[in-house]
Amino acid sequence: MSANATAITLSQVDEQRARADARADAVFRLVVRGAGLFVLAALAGVALTTLWGGSEALSTFGFGFLTSTEWDTVGHKFGALAPIYGTLVTAAIALIIAVPVSFGIAMYLTELAPAWLRTPVSAAIELLAGIPSIIYGMWGLFVFVPIMGRNIIPWLNEHVGDIWIIGPLFRGPPLGLGMLTAGIVLAIMVIPFISSVMREVFLTVPTRLKESAYALGSTTLEVVWDVVLPYTRTAVIGGIFLGLGRALGETMAVTFVLGNVHRLSLSLLEPGNSIAATIANEFAEADSEIFRSSLIALAFLLFVVTFIVLAAAKLMLMQLAKRQGTT
Amino acid sequence: MNATPAMSSADVIAARLYMRRRIVNGIGLVFAMASTLFGLFWLAWILWTTFSRGIAALSPAIFTKMTPPPGDAGGLANAFYGSMMICALAIAIGAPIGIAAGTFLAEYAKKSRLGEVIRFVNDILLSAPSIVLGMFVYTVVVRTVGHYSGLSGALALALIVLPVVVRTTDEMLQLVPSAMREAGLSLGVPQWKVTMQVLYRAALPGIVTGVLLALARISGETAPLLFTAFDNQFWSSNVGQPLASVPVVIYKFAMSADDGWKALAWAGAFIVTLFVLALSLISRAILLRNKVPND
Repeated sequence: MSANATAITLSQVDEQRARADARADAVFRLVVRGAGLFVLAALAGVALTTLWGGSEALSTFGFGFLTSTEWDTVGHKFGALAPIYGTLVTAAIALIIAVPVSFGIAMYLTELAPAWLRTPVSAAIELLAGIPSIIYGMWGLFVFVPIMGRNIIPWLNEHVGDIWIIGPLFRGPPLGLGMLTAGIVLAIMVIPFISSVMREVFLTVPTRLKESAYALGSTTLEVVWDVVLPYTRTAVIGGIFLGLGRALGETMAVTFVLGNVHRLSLSLLEPGNSIAATIANEFAEADSEIFRSSLIALAFLLFVVTFIVLAAAKLMLMQLAKRQGTT
Repeated sequence: MNATPAMSSADVIAARLYMRRRIVNGIGLVFAMASTLFGLFWLAWILWTTFSRGIAALSPAIFTKMTPPPGDAGGLANAFYGSMMICALAIAIGAPIGIAAGTFLAEYAKKSRLGEVIRFVNDILLSAPSIVLGMFVYTVVVRTVGHYSGLSGALALALIVLPVVVRTTDEMLQLVPSAMREAGLSLGVPQWKVTMQVLYRAALPGIVTGVLLALARISGETAPLLFTAFDNQFWSSNVGQPLASVPVVIYKFAMSADDGWKALAWAGAFIVTLFVLALSLISRAILLRNKVPND
């Protein structure tokens, strides 16, 4: 740079540059810090504005908003019990199917599959997570729902419908739409999330632990069940919670196959509703302030529930990471 | 148990136990393989449906004609254009903030308490239901302005882009060897310059992957657009007004009773799926190519 001038101007230039650098550093630091804090603000903003937007409904209906099944768009009476129930039931069905299957996939990918097959198979399973949820919805409505209605539901009615206690769950009209269908579609959607977490945490188990068990004569299943699973228990549960968070908040797929009926019914074959599906279906038709506010209040509820579930998942996953750090 | 008299009873018990363990193990292994096939089966089925129905509905008009009224022939041109604009805007808003926040986490906050809190919150944002994010933007922007707009749709999608980019940037910067930072700093290069000119260059493939993954996630995203960008039957490039987008049009058309609309919905679904899968394969390839030499 300025190689002319005397020593005095040189040091002046140096000083100037040092000052400019320090200023630029401070500005850069401020900018990235601001962006970091923005992430916090975004989450807080989501919680506060949905609470604010839903406050009218929450204050009008009070606690009854959570316990009433009434959804009267003309008389402006709204209760969220039916969608809450639908959300919980579909998510539960999804987990009942997805957890064992994900465990099987993770076991296959970490212990059984030949090395050359592991990467392509896990990539294929993860592709499932990449398919947009609206595609699941369309496939569900046009391909899966007719099959449920024509084949599976009549079969369930005939063979499972009379069994003591669980029978009533599987008795219903052969519509194809309904909570069982939605639960199955949700299960397919969360399998890649749960199985990839399980696979990753299974890989963290020290090889010497597994080899010791094999050396003592354990079978593969015993190694996975008695060594790998206990070692990774909290993280596995964390992965399941992650899948649960996804299942609770999933919108489009469920909207297509759930039927959008505000009614509580014991049967899983009856159409129902979920929080997310209610919002997606009815927001465009919300013609009054209280109707809109009720839907925003539903969004707030959904946010609170998924926040708790996801926070629990994250805490459990962190526990394993912490142990990994210390050993 | 039904006792067997011959042989020593201990041997029998041991043999039986061994058989039992082998059978249980066999069942477990079969179950594991069946589960994997089960997962792949749905993938194949869903992709097959989308591809066969989508290709059947494909025609040049898809890209040149506007979304039709029911009963008419038409295309999805305005929806593609709208989607492109909304997604580009969302990336333009979300990615820089995300990269900056990721830089803060990796280079400044590190393992501090604030850093850990932001990472925690970011991971929750990453899995938060997209419909709630849409509701947030609706309450803050749409309700204040008084009408739906493409820009508000882009803001909602930017909230989905943000956590994806934050996380990948954070992780990728942490993978850059400290020797690079120290070499730069010891030469007297200010930290912002080290970050911009050394670290970003080293972590570029990873950061690009993050942005591509974010794009893959938002290009099929429907729920938050329903009450932000809404829909528009005509060609429009005004982001201050409602804009059509492919996912919303797919949703509207698929739910209708009109066969022409349904066919268009399948064509749109096919193109979106193809785009999303291509993006995730490309980003996977970038990651793999850059990971191998480091290992």
